[in-house]
Amino acid sequence: MSAMADFTQDGADGGTLRFTGNLSLQRLGTLPQRLERINGTVAHVDLSAVERIDTVGAWVVHRFAASHQAAIAGLSPDGQHLLDQVVAADVPVEHRVSPPSPLARVLGEVGDAVAVALNTLLGLLGFLGATTLAFGAVIRHPSRFRFNAVVQRFEVVGVSALGIIGLMSLLIGMVIAQQGAVQLRQFGAEVFTINLVGRLTLREMGVLMTAIMVAGRSGSAFAAQLGTMKLTEEIDAMRTIGVSPMEALVVPRTLASIVLMPLLGFYSSMIALIGGGVLVWTTLGVPPVTFIQRIREVVPITDLYIGLIKAPVFGAIIAIAGCFQGMQVESDAEQVGSRTTSAVVQAIFLVIVLDAFFAVFFTWIGWD
Amino acid sequence: MPDDIIISVRGLRNSFGDQVIHDGLDLDVRRGEILGVVGGSGTGKSVLMRSIIGLQTPQAGEIHVFGQPTIGRDETETVDIRKRWGVLFQGGALFSTLTVAENVEVPLREFYKDLDPALMAEIASYKVVMTGLPASAGPKFPAELSGGMKKRAGLARALALDPELLFLDEPTAGLDPIGAAAFDQLTKSLQKTLGLTVFLITHDLDTLYAICDRIAVLADRKVIAVGTIDELLALDHPWIEEYFKGPRGRAAVATQEAHRESEASAHPTEVKARTLDATGADRTQTPATEIAADQARTS
Repeated sequence: MSAMADFTQDGADGGTLRFTGNLSLQRLGTLPQRLERINGTVAHVDLSAVERIDTVGAWVVHRFAASHQAAIAGLSPDGQHLLDQVVAADVPVEHRVSPPSPLARVLGEVGDAVAVALNTLLGLLGFLGATTLAFGAVIRHPSRFRFNAVVQRFEVVGVSALGIIGLMSLLIGMVIAQQGAVQLRQFGAEVFTINLVGRLTLREMGVLMTAIMVAGRSGSAFAAQLGTMKLTEEIDAMRTIGVSPMEALVVPRTLASIVLMPLLGFYSSMIALIGGGVLVWTTLGVPPVTFIQRIREVVPITDLYIGLIKAPVFGAIIAIAGCFQGMQVESDAEQVGSRTTSAVVQAIFLVIVLDAFFAVFFTWIGWD
Repeated sequence: MPDDIIISVRGLRNSFGDQVIHDGLDLDVRRGEILGVVGGSGTGKSVLMRSIIGLQTPQAGEIHVFGQPTIGRDETETVDIRKRWGVLFQGGALFSTLTVAENVEVPLREFYKDLDPALMAEIASYKVVMTGLPASAGPKFPAELSGGMKKRAGLARALALDPELLFLDEPTAGLDPIGAAAFDQLTKSLQKTLGLTVFLITHDLDTLYAICDRIAVLADRKVIAVGTIDELLALDHPWIEEYFKGPRGRAAVATQEAHRESEASAHPTEVKARTLDATGADRTQTPATEIAADQARTS
């Protein structure tokens, strides 16, 4: 079966093309190109000497015969059946819808993006309302409060995050202190490194970095969990049984985030202070006792309050963005991934926007 | 090994952790037959297929496809074997970033790089139509297709290289009875047209009765029997009895007999190309009517 596909042209009676060999994809070689070079009339195509023919071979012969208006003959019944099937399938098929003009595409994409952004904002607001209502319902009927689910979320969102948040905060504290010391030394003001570390970590960095970490760890997990549950119809099953998914799934996750964000933020600030303190001790020679004393002098207690007031708000945003995106998944596994990404991006974006508002607000009320 | 044995499995052993899936499994697939593989859930039907096509490395045993060993060989060494088979996975396994027509072109691009791109596109086009998809399905993305259309598109990709051997993993699972019957007939007609050997995993008794030449039964970590349904029933094995003579088995036999009678009485010459639809009316199996049925189901 290894003979290459070939043909001979017999010019005696207006042109007969005789194919020989193995007319199959593997053995086609340059046959299609050589066929294209044939000029003049070919009235008959003779396939009686062909050893084997597959659909690709049949297609090539059919295409040639159609363009020369030649008659095909000499096939075995099986071969003829195959050729008939291929000829029946000769329907033009588009391979990809040709894209619109670049201008139309850009305009369309901008329009789509605006529509998606507005719809998401609206949906997020609606989801915030639904979550608030669910909290209200749970408060009015405390028997519907899912104690076990909440405790389990506490562990996943909080306790398991201690290690990574601690390590991150320690390094951030050290970096702030090290960079601060290097820059401030130019003015002979190294001692202000302590102010920098203390105020920055308690007021901004501790909570902000914790929020980003929680959004990455837990916000994404919420979206993926709820998305998968939506996909496997678990959420529909819950509704049918009469369990509200908002109360059973969203409330425990939101509560866990709201309660644990201030705790984690405080923990993160403390570890960052320790990191900063260690660095100040080793590079500037300030002993820990002095470091703590300086911190108490230069950092107003309002800095701690600011951090602790922001944290639960960030926690709520992260949980609601995660749960909202998870609930948007519709019957497609690919969406779980894209929705999880959106949940994290949205949560971090909203956290940073709100942080800016908080900064302006707290300065305005005189907590500076 | 005799020439008409396309796949030969000897002493296959597969296990995951403590769980032994296959132990000393033997199986032969003959050239040109449709071999149905049945077995209870968890008996390793898919694992057997994955072992044969090289996605799963067994602990022990020998597998020959087209007379060549496939286990423990480099991927580049088995290219020539892999060119000669096509695989349809359960969910179609289409590449989600490519359109249906582009999906069908992938194997051609991969294995026949110097083929003329225009010819490649034409080949993909007629393959799409041959598997009963409407021409309008070509530029669609897999996410826009129904389950039945995804399977057809997957089949078109599996057939892209005109393979001699076709692996089908539960091709009719998740299809409605009309779609499943149409798919069975499509498989049968392609097998006739292209002279395919088909390795078909299924739970669908109708498929087994309608198109399989022989059936291999997996149980107790082995192939306990291979043969036609009548041969299997003659063995008096309790599981086989239960499988084929349970309520669903009897229903399948009844359908099959009704099918045969109506064919014999109506147009005896068109036997191979006809099927029954749900209303019991005869329906000639042309791509056009199949498409109509497919579209009616998806809309």
